[in-house]
Amino acid sequence: MSSVTEPTTAVGKTADYLDDRLSLGTVIKQFGRKVFPDHWSFMLGEVALWSFVVVVLSGTFLTFFYEPSMAHTYYDGSYAPLKGAEMTVAYASSLDISFDIRGGLIMRQIHHWGALIFVAASGLHMLRVFFTGAFRKPRELNWVIGFLLFLMGMGAGFTGYSLPDDLLSGNGLRIIDGMIKGIPVIGPAVSSGFFGGEFPGTEVIPRLYSLHIMILPALIIALLAAHLLLLVIHMHTHYPGPGRRDDNVVGYPLMPVYVAKAGGFFFLVFGVIAAISALFTINPIWNYGPYDPSPVSAGTQPDWYIGWLDGALRLAPGGLDVAIFGYVIPMGVMLPIIVSLVFLVLVAVYPFIEAWVTGDKRDHHVLDRPRNAPTRTAIGAAGVTFYAVLWAGASTDLIAIFFQMSLNHVLTAMQVLLVIGPVIAYWVTKRACLALQRKDREIALHGRETGRVVRLPHGEYIEVHEPVDKYELWKLVDFKDYEPIMPRPNKKGKITVGTKLRSAISKIYFEDRIAPVSKAEYELAHADHSPAIEESAKRKPKQLKKKL
Amino acid sequence: MSEVQKYDSGSATNIERPISDPGIEPHRVRMTDKSEKHAKTAERQISFMFLVSIVGAIIAVWGFVAFPIVGGDLSATRNNAFWMGIGMALSLLGIGFGAVHWAKTLMPDNEVSESRHPARSSDEARAKAIEIVKLADGESGFTRRKLIRRTLYGALAFFPIPAVVIFGDLGPQVGDTLKHTMWRAGTRLTKDPTGIPIKASEVTIGSVFHVIPEGLKDLEEHKLEEKAKAAVLLVRVNPGDLKEDPDKANWSYDGIVAYSKICTHVGCPVALYEQHTHHLLCPCHQSTFDLADHCKVVFGPAARPLPQLPIAVDDEGYLVAQSDFLEPIGPSFWDIRK
Repeated sequence: MSSVTEPTTAVGKTADYLDDRLSLGTVIKQFGRKVFPDHWSFMLGEVALWSFVVVVLSGTFLTFFYEPSMAHTYYDGSYAPLKGAEMTVAYASSLDISFDIRGGLIMRQIHHWGALIFVAASGLHMLRVFFTGAFRKPRELNWVIGFLLFLMGMGAGFTGYSLPDDLLSGNGLRIIDGMIKGIPVIGPAVSSGFFGGEFPGTEVIPRLYSLHIMILPALIIALLAAHLLLLVIHMHTHYPGPGRRDDNVVGYPLMPVYVAKAGGFFFLVFGVIAAISALFTINPIWNYGPYDPSPVSAGTQPDWYIGWLDGALRLAPGGLDVAIFGYVIPMGVMLPIIVSLVFLVLVAVYPFIEAWVTGDKRDHHVLDRPRNAPTRTAIGAAGVTFYAVLWAGASTDLIAIFFQMSLNHVLTAMQVLLVIGPVIAYWVTKRACLALQRKDREIALHGRETGRVVRLPHGEYIEVHEPVDKYELWKLVDFKDYEPIMPRPNKKGKITVGTKLRSAISKIYFEDRIAPVSKAEYELAHADHSPAIEESAKRKPKQLKKKL
Repeated sequence: MSEVQKYDSGSATNIERPISDPGIEPHRVRMTDKSEKHAKTAERQISFMFLVSIVGAIIAVWGFVAFPIVGGDLSATRNNAFWMGIGMALSLLGIGFGAVHWAKTLMPDNEVSESRHPARSSDEARAKAIEIVKLADGESGFTRRKLIRRTLYGALAFFPIPAVVIFGDLGPQVGDTLKHTMWRAGTRLTKDPTGIPIKASEVTIGSVFHVIPEGLKDLEEHKLEEKAKAAVLLVRVNPGDLKEDPDKANWSYDGIVAYSKICTHVGCPVALYEQHTHHLLCPCHQSTFDLADHCKVVFGPAARPLPQLPIAVDDEGYLVAQSDFLEPIGPSFWDIRK
């Protein structure tokens, strides 16, 4: 029947059994030697993936002991300071997990640290993808999927943060309630629906629990599957360099190298999270006490990924209630919501904007070095600055206390920085990128400065430049380069508004550009003097040494 | 290459590069490739890491067994979490470092190239797909039988509506719940959380009381909901420092004023009182209210003053409310003025 002989070993027999039923052989033949490119920055997405697995594992443990109930109870556990305190069952069971179940505290810590790292790694992974242009065709839709994953991560984080029903998270929920109530027309009704009546009610924790352990994880897993499926279909991008092209992929084979590296990396991520969790306390809910609408601790801080939204709330100018026919729109709440949403939408649609501006319809599998896309890199830097100012805005009070400054001044400074910070970041980054490109150009044309100054026989002093080898040269000159486009009339002879806009944006993008070194320039630079000097320069040091 | 070049390159330039692609850099030989001795060393290092992993797992189990929970003794909990965490970390990191070290030192590190295929289906596949879709369309009559198609669209538009409506009972009608609190004429001001009534005489100048209405403590139901609306901050200042509207002049009692504690921004408790400026500060978003001037907003994102609770003193000298708040407390909402 086939040329393969009947299996005799145990492994062989198992493989035979499985292949007969699962077609394993085809899968391994297809994917076993798939090539994966290697770069440290590709690890960020892996950190996100593996920390999500850690969060699912540790979270499952927690569900065995946590009770999502807002029924009232009196604490009777090991933690003496809260003995007899009135609290919800949710909070009491969170305390029990922390103090009365062996391994409970470490699992809670792993779950919380893992979640923080998951969102952080997702964010950094997004930045890597953005700054290297990995979102270009054919990966635009995968960018959107990744963006949704980041949002889901934030949502999963916030819903989980609220579950212990401690004082800190309760105040967080109250802030959400205040924001919901501010939404025009439907706000109060949505709040009542969310909380099952008046805040805090007895419904919100079980509802958040459904979201946290069912709906959001299911969405994340589905999106993650799509994200990874598209990764397999597109195959991973690679950094520019010799031999790397848009029609190939250069790296190491999946089996054995990537199985060992990526598989081992899961254990590394889990291990690091476990070590952090063993050594550093996160979210000590027992210090906060049960939720009570009256007290609040000073210096309250949300988990880091909600910080930028909290900062947006703080930085909104005051006194902005707008009234229309006697109905009130609290702009102090709506403005931050609108600004955050606009920011998120811009992030989600950026690949489509850039594709429209360049008009480039080709597949891109070779990444851009950030300097070689100066405007994109500058836009990214502006976005990061905007986010970072909002994020720091969530700590205005702590900054003021720590540096002994006026809270009012810190806040005003943040408001100013929110507007001008991105502009400065844009300008500085763009100039820095162009400068780096010029440097690359210099090196490609004239080689590296060696720092060796040599006197030629006729008395002229020169600094010896060492030409780069062909691999390095290729890395310096092989990048995609675009020119600004002119608004051209369409078939009807009209220049549409869209065309004008596109040409204007294209001008912003590509007006200042450093073109890659051309063959003509390169030959010109090497025609006049170079070979002789470089030849003589190579000999010179040896002669000098002899004299010395 | 030809597949890629089918597409428009937009405004991309086409500059001839100085050299042609030199191809993948030559492989750099590692010590472990060259010498069997180094390879043996790496092998031992990897095995050592896997052994450390086993030890780590044992430590984690030991941590679980060795520190049973003893009521009231938090050191057991701490040791438990620490040793289990450290043991697990060792056991995981041992495997992780071992596997990565193995890949980096002993597995081949020759970079190889594999050709990519565009995501786009081949022209034949596309043609076949279109053919199939057309065939299916013809067989079902989807395009041809307009009545079926249009009623189907209608049905698909209507069928999710019950799925939305069914959530109508997530919460009760809001009604006027946002506009009223537990405070009534004559309700005594009591301390939070004890519920002990407050005499005007015990409120000294500069002191602050966190206040709940009398009876809140003993509510069987909706205690937190009522507290979330009725919480009040009581302060006595020098009567001369108060800038009072003439028509609200009798809302205070001899320099004692009571304001809603719920921030009009997004509802955090405004819990910080600065004595010498008479400012109240919300710790969540730093809205600042001038207590001496009807709690007008002096800083931060809030837009409305904190509502004032009109107070008086009853026959026994206890502080009581004259009425409920005369305006809604807490964050602004759509029909707050209706």
